[in-house]
Amino acid sequence: MLIILILYLVLAFALFLIPAKLSKFKPLLIAFFHLCLFGFFMTHLPDVAAGKSIDIHQQWIPQLGLNFELRLDGLSMVFALLITFIGFLIFIYALTYMKSYTGTTKFYFYLTLFSGAMLGLVLSADFIQLFMFWELTSVLSFLLISYFNENEQARKAAFQSLFVTGFGGLCLFAAIILIGSIVDSYSLSEWLENAHLIKEDRRYLPALVLVLIGIFTKSAQFPFHFWLLGAMQAPTPVSAFLHSATMVKAGVFLLARLYPILGGTPEWTQVVSLFGALTMLTGSYLAITQIDIKLILAYTTISALGVLVLLLGMDTQQSVKAAMVFLFVHAFYKSALFMLAGYITKETGTRSIDKIGGLIKTSPIGFVIAMIALFSMAGLPPMLGFIGKELIYEAKFDSPWMSTALLIIGVTSNIFMVTIAFLFLFEVFLGQANEGQKKSDSSYKFLLFSPGILALLSLGFGLFPDWLTQLVGPALNIIRMDDVQIKLKLWHGLNQVFFLSLFTVMVGVLLFIHIYKHKQVIRVWQRVNNRIFSINFTKVFSSGLDKFIAFSSKNTQLIQHGYSRFYIITIIVFTSILLIFQLYITRGWEIESTFTLQPFYISGLVLIIMLSVLMSVLSTHRLFTIIAMAVTGYGISLIYLYYSAVDLAITQIIIETLMVVMFVLVLRRLPKFAKLSNRRTKMRDAFIALGFGLIMTFLALKAINVDFNPSISDYFVDNSALKAYGKNVVNVILVDFRALDTLGEITVLTIAALGVYTLLNVKKTKK
Amino acid sequence: MEILLSALTGLLYAGGVYLILRRSILKFIIGIIFMSNATNLLVFLSAGIVPGQPAFVGDAPSDTELMADPLPQALVLTAIVIGFGIAVFTLALKYKFFKATSTDDLDQLTNTDA
Amino acid sequence: MNSIILQLAAKYLKILFLLFALIALIRGHNYPGGGFIGGLLAALYIVYDSLAFTSQQIEKKLRIHPEQYIGAGLLCALLSFIPGIYSGSSLMKGVWLSLDIPVIGVTKLGTPLLFDIGVFLTVMGVTLLFLFTLSTKR
Repeated sequence: MLIILILYLVLAFALFLIPAKLSKFKPLLIAFFHLCLFGFFMTHLPDVAAGKSIDIHQQWIPQLGLNFELRLDGLSMVFALLITFIGFLIFIYALTYMKSYTGTTKFYFYLTLFSGAMLGLVLSADFIQLFMFWELTSVLSFLLISYFNENEQARKAAFQSLFVTGFGGLCLFAAIILIGSIVDSYSLSEWLENAHLIKEDRRYLPALVLVLIGIFTKSAQFPFHFWLLGAMQAPTPVSAFLHSATMVKAGVFLLARLYPILGGTPEWTQVVSLFGALTMLTGSYLAITQIDIKLILAYTTISALGVLVLLLGMDTQQSVKAAMVFLFVHAFYKSALFMLAGYITKETGTRSIDKIGGLIKTSPIGFVIAMIALFSMAGLPPMLGFIGKELIYEAKFDSPWMSTALLIIGVTSNIFMVTIAFLFLFEVFLGQANEGQKKSDSSYKFLLFSPGILALLSLGFGLFPDWLTQLVGPALNIIRMDDVQIKLKLWHGLNQVFFLSLFTVMVGVLLFIHIYKHKQVIRVWQRVNNRIFSINFTKVFSSGLDKFIAFSSKNTQLIQHGYSRFYIITIIVFTSILLIFQLYITRGWEIESTFTLQPFYISGLVLIIMLSVLMSVLSTHRLFTIIAMAVTGYGISLIYLYYSAVDLAITQIIIETLMVVMFVLVLRRLPKFAKLSNRRTKMRDAFIALGFGLIMTFLALKAINVDFNPSISDYFVDNSALKAYGKNVVNVILVDFRALDTLGEITVLTIAALGVYTLLNVKKTKK
Repeated sequence: MEILLSALTGLLYAGGVYLILRRSILKFIIGIIFMSNATNLLVFLSAGIVPGQPAFVGDAPSDTELMADPLPQALVLTAIVIGFGIAVFTLALKYKFFKATSTDDLDQLTNTDA
Repeated sequence: MNSIILQLAAKYLKILFLLFALIALIRGHNYPGGGFIGGLLAALYIVYDSLAFTSQQIEKKLRIHPEQYIGAGLLCALLSFIPGIYSGSSLMKGVWLSLDIPVIGVTKLGTPLLFDIGVFLTVMGVTLLFLFTLSTKR
């Protein structure tokens, strides 16, 4: 399985190597790859269904206790199959959809990487590793949303999604570390074994809250749902793949993964189901009044994610089973609908539902597909959606907690779903074709292939739900940690659930008829919605961000005023103060050395150097300054020479010579010193400089009397001849003992040289 | 001698700081060179000064106690060369700056667009 | 300056300079000298040259460009790290070869020498690049 992930990476980069002529085979190649993977996972299905799991354990950073662990069990199998299968269909779809755009290689690159990251996420059995894949999907989602990066809205939406999911990711990371600190491991199996320990720990509650923030942001739960709406700026294959079938389900996956670890407590049940129910209702309610077909689908996706979260939160055998079935239901119909929406947009050139109509004439196949998918969404028999909805109702009936309230919310939400399904079907496919609608383009017919297959699956699994038990059963056992056989059937008999379904559909259809007959109802409704939901989350988000940026830039300007001298003064003054403080604390003020002028020639030399420093500082003539600087340098080299540093002295002499040459080379092309400072600033600077000099003198005096840890130097001296065969210890240190440092230093020199070279040789391009 | 050498180090620092605070970039560069010289000297001094006993070892084991410490010397040697590289780089920067703006005044350098 | 005496002197002094630099490099392991000093000395001859010739003339005379010196130097330094791995110990460990050359006697050649040659070439290349870029008229 590790090889699969590596293959993804290789394949993604290999895309750039495929010549442009063959570029249309790129998506086919990846689609084929996904199909192979699907086959691979299918071959393991019997094993997994029997309750076994395939584990891969690879050491990664053993010092930190981090391992690379993969696990293919019932739960990850479900997701892996969905990712690979829908991935396959998406790439087939993208082949046609993306053909008119440029830069598709980049697009496929990101999409392939995403698919790999998503697969890595669901297969991870180590939570640090899971988190990495989690973040990868966020980043790739950002890149994919901003695919049309010339569009400002797309950029904003992408940034927003990254911001929200990134924030959630951080919370998740903190939670993982918190839980990891409880059990002292990040491995899934360890966590599962110590689940009771985690639940009893006082860090449980903060960890749970943080985990849920992570999950809710990723799975677009209320109030974090708004990023998903912005994400609709992405090309349709991305919307269908990331923002309905896979990435947003990562939160659901994690919820299911953590269910046996964190679930079962009252906090879990209440918080998770509350947010799930809220999201479910808001999503479906707001979907009705939307005009943009992609936004309608986005809102229903949010609602569906709410359903999934709610079901996992309800914490019963029934509800988890319903969640797993609904996962498939939603994946099949929503991806199909998104791809259809893309097809419709390509055909008509618009995404506004008001401007589309009568598509049944031009695309009868599209109508059939849409009908199947929408019926599945509405939960009408004999679609898979019907089974899903029945199970959900059943679960709500059995819910030990707030059963009635949940039922009412659920039924309301489903009524909206039915209405939306019919509205979508009638508005888009029946009715009058609008004027100005683009002529049908037959070259996009192929776009119907992928949604067609998904629609067939919705129907097929609905008629033969037994096929699904093999998938749902093992996953259910992993989540609930027990061993039960489940059965799915289309017909449950005439019980209260069935009547509830009947009621839902009838009310939904009535509502639809009412809206369809009186178009103005929608308008009124929209106005009411705008009044009630006047908080536009996207706007709140962006204005909050603007304010934050304005706040920080104001602060920055206070500190970053742009005058280097004042920065330097600040640095010097603070360094001085800190040095005085530190010297006083640790060393005291006594000077241990005695003042001598012996030997006299060194004293004379020091005097000469001091004079030349003063001359260099005070001179108004450039050449004098530089000559004085050179005298200083040569003088210092003589000091080195006297105090047993031969190599230093030689180096310093040559460098000083070269420095003068360089200065003269540049100097002849520069102006004379201008008198720029007045007397007062000079006095101030002199004061600061002399103060600093005084402190440094003191520091130097103290430094002479500090004993370095002698073992380092002694080691070098002792082993220079023995181990490195060199008598010049300084040189041996440079080229043998500390060769890596020297390598760094010559690299720095190289960078400086290249810097000089490019600075002076690259001509400025005129604007 | 230590006191005199320390005073020299201090004076070099003072000169360096004073020059760095000038508005002329050329003085700024010379200031940097002074500062790096001063730092080299400080590191060199911190190991203690030993006249006339360079760190060379013969085949016979020599008395390491009397020998000058080779480690700061190695540090300072590379520091000298790198200081040179940095000085030349700033020099080139200054030259480019003058060509682009025709001024030697650091305070003119308030924005990045020439 | 375009003095014939200087130019003639530069021609022969160049050899001396380079020889001196090489000696400083090779003896650096045991006596004062080494890659840094050698490299700087080697670059000094160009300074001397630049007194005698214009920089265009020098650049024309130079068969190898400073950038190539730098590249070769860094490569040498990096290559010197590798034998350590194959001699069974860790990366960058010095490996020595004892050669008994007649006349000169037993000479020890090791990867630190190769590293020092790398330093030599890099320092020389860097200094040359500095000089050329700063002295070329633009």
